[in-house]
Amino acid sequence: MTVTADARDAVASALEVDHVESHLHPVSSFDLADHPMPTGREEIWRFTPLKRLAGALDDAPGDTDALTVETIGDASYVVGTLAPGQHPRGASLVPDDRASALACLHAPEAVHVRVPADAELDEPIGHRLTGAAGKRSHRHTVIEAGTHSRATYVLDHRGSGVHAGNVEVVVGDGADLTVVTLQDWDDDAVHVGTHEAVVGRDARYRHIAVTFGGSVVRTSSNVHYAGPGGDAELLGLYFADAGQHFEHRLFVDHNAPRTKSNVVYKGALQGERARTVWIGNVLIRKVAEGIETYEENRNLVLTDGCQADSVPNLEIETGEIEGAGHASATARFDDEQLFYLRSRGVSDEESRRLVLHGFFQDLIRKIGLPELEEKLTAAVEDELARNVAGKQL
Amino acid sequence: MSTLQITDLQVSVDTEDGPKEILKGVTLTIDSGETHAIMGPNGSGKSTLAYSIAGHPKYTITGGSVTLDGEDVLAMSVDERARAGLFLAMQYPVEVPGVSVANFLRTAKTAIDGEAPKLRTWVKDVNGALEKLNLDSSFSARSVNEGFSGGEKKRHEIAQLELLDPKVAILDETDSGLDIDALKVVSEGVNRFREREGKGVLLITHYTRILRYIQPDRVHVFVDGKVAESGGPELADKLEAEGYESYLSVAP
Repeated sequence: MTVTADARDAVASALEVDHVESHLHPVSSFDLADHPMPTGREEIWRFTPLKRLAGALDDAPGDTDALTVETIGDASYVVGTLAPGQHPRGASLVPDDRASALACLHAPEAVHVRVPADAELDEPIGHRLTGAAGKRSHRHTVIEAGTHSRATYVLDHRGSGVHAGNVEVVVGDGADLTVVTLQDWDDDAVHVGTHEAVVGRDARYRHIAVTFGGSVVRTSSNVHYAGPGGDAELLGLYFADAGQHFEHRLFVDHNAPRTKSNVVYKGALQGERARTVWIGNVLIRKVAEGIETYEENRNLVLTDGCQADSVPNLEIETGEIEGAGHASATARFDDEQLFYLRSRGVSDEESRRLVLHGFFQDLIRKIGLPELEEKLTAAVEDELARNVAGKQL
Repeated sequence: MSTLQITDLQVSVDTEDGPKEILKGVTLTIDSGETHAIMGPNGSGKSTLAYSIAGHPKYTITGGSVTLDGEDVLAMSVDERARAGLFLAMQYPVEVPGVSVANFLRTAKTAIDGEAPKLRTWVKDVNGALEKLNLDSSFSARSVNEGFSGGEKKRHEIAQLELLDPKVAILDETDSGLDIDALKVVSEGVNRFREREGKGVLLITHYTRILRYIQPDRVHVFVDGKVAESGGPELADKLEAEGYESYLSVAP
């Protein structure tokens, strides 16, 4: 009998899903007691400079007036606030680190953004957050994309202070949602964030992270699926200058069959103690037959004294898949590329800028949103103009 | 009018066993309006000559001189050499991902001329140059050399030659790997450049085939880092008939 068979399958897969013990991700919980203050030896914290987090992991409410919030685009899609546990808050995100648990705890009113079913938004919507110096803030945002809707949500971080932020994303069946998160903080800002998305059946989710500024920026961008056929693309670009620590942690949990994921992060580092960390975790569960995943991280080290860590992890529990792969490379400027450009009369400095421009442009043109591509290109050019100096060859 | 003067040029590269001498005293004078072909077997140092003149950091100049109109080329940086009027069409053009051909050409032209080209005429010039080399206009949106076929890479090099308009062009095995149709297109491009007033060409090749389309004024046979014999176009005919055997047997 079909019902019985389906029920047995459901039970079996539920058991299987619940029982995966993976080193890739810790136990998720809303209870802060499950997320004690880290010592730095924990797998998920070992790359992070805990001493520089300036109280981001302390259990205390944030300061009033710590954040100035502006709405980007049509404000009518910001529909209200959600208390802890009030649906859909909690439908996607269950904290798996202390900062995320704190952001849940100390943000009693989550901002609720909702794109109705079948709505197609031509213009991006979003929020611009400007942090105040010396103040701590917590924020929880829930973005709900209705069935077959199409939208772009932009979260723009700037200013100063210490920020713990959760972004909880629910992509409805057949929806197409792009979330862009810009981290262009002042040099002294600290930001620890978790972005968790659940991708519906046949839905498309894109997450684009751009990190140019801040003292310590650590984001955990996670994806899991609510049904088969979901497609997630996670793109990132970052440019770390002297003393900056930018840590991008990705986790794609292939918990449904025939789902896809593609992760591409590119970064440049320059100056003393510029540090970047990229952790790309992919788990392919036993149920996840027919999935396809690829992740890639490329770093360009421009000067001495920088450090780029790049750690791809792939855990595979079924061989019945379309494909799974990863690539990671950290390199200096390619002398042959520079020689080629300089042999055409282009100065050393300009050649370096051109190679870097190309390095990022290669990623930017994957975005497919002309307006955003232009803005990012301009931001990259600005960053390059300010920061990339040449040397005689 | 310009003259590229190479005098007793000696060049070495660093190897695991220490420096290895590749060029052992090369002397050549290329006057404006002249095309010189350098022919030689693999490993004779032809490409080393090209890359040394262009200033590739891999090569160390241990003796001799190179001047362009009396200016010391060897004292110049790589980009200064290009701005002084030298152009190297490479055997293996390098991929620059994410940088469009249009952006690359405009950046190079601006660097060579010291000012940005006038937008309206420039777009026309670029499209014209690409078209003459059988490259359609969508080509300018592609990343430099990325995913190009061998023939596209070479045609792109010659399009640059025509647009950047140097005084002296060094063509390093531009003919290698080309089918006969592509070879004709590339040769026509080189010939259009030669027709311009006062241009010098140093054509480096392994095969005589390209010399049917580009008539050299002088032919030099290169063996073991030196010019073994120089002559007129008839020397190429001799090489076609006899190969490099006679030179190799006398070489140490």
